[in-house]
Amino acid sequence: MNISKSLLAATFLTLSLVGGVYAADKGDKAINIPLQLLENNKSGKTTGINNYQGKLVYLDFWASWCGPCRKSLPILNEIRSQYAAQGFEVVAVNVDENLDDALGFLEKYPVDYPILLDPKGKMPQAYKIQGMPTAYLIDKTGKIIYKHVGFKEKDRKKIEALIDKHLLGR
Amino acid sequence: MNIVLKLTALVICLHSLSACAYKYVGAWEKGTLSRPEMAFISDPLEQKISDHIYFSKEASSSGSAVSGGGCGCN
Repeated sequence: MNISKSLLAATFLTLSLVGGVYAADKGDKAINIPLQLLENNKSGKTTGINNYQGKLVYLDFWASWCGPCRKSLPILNEIRSQYAAQGFEVVAVNVDENLDDALGFLEKYPVDYPILLDPKGKMPQAYKIQGMPTAYLIDKTGKIIYKHVGFKEKDRKKIEALIDKHLLGR
Repeated sequence: MNIVLKLTALVICLHSLSACAYKYVGAWEKGTLSRPEMAFISDPLEQKISDHIYFSKEASSSGSAVSGGGCGCN
């Protein structure tokens, strides 16, 4: 191997080490990672996103320190109660390192949907999320059909339209 | 030194040039960074006054943050 070839090989190897970030996106299969469910203000039984197959799921990553989550949680709770009977579920993944932070937040912004606890960030790491909050709409077969980063009040209409389309076929 | 060793040394050297940390802070790991004590100024009012002074003295659009269209009407 001459020097230019080895230089080229070294460059490619280096670039592969620096690495790109491949985030889970539309069309991908939702990655299932078993996590503990928040039950009676403490970690309870282990479950994963696969346990909600057969429902249209809005997988939402949130944390107590995330500003837009103050808006998204109450709105998602309303959307969930609107569509729950038709087979829609919000599954939230809390990424707070300290459970008390999450509980303090939930006291102010209570929700009725299931919350999975991920203090080590295994799930956001697997999805390689780029911002907080990030949400995925997952169809009944477990395929991601929509990805949303951030949250504004006006996003509600878009989410509702997507649910109408994929759940009710409107 | 054989070619594999040379190549390994070259990769390590080139990789060090990228100046990237091996552990980067993910979007979900910013809980500690967002604590009030991590801010340069933890008091929001003091931060606002400081920003206002900076903005006035520097005559910059919206001080340290970016907003506005630079029309000079703020």
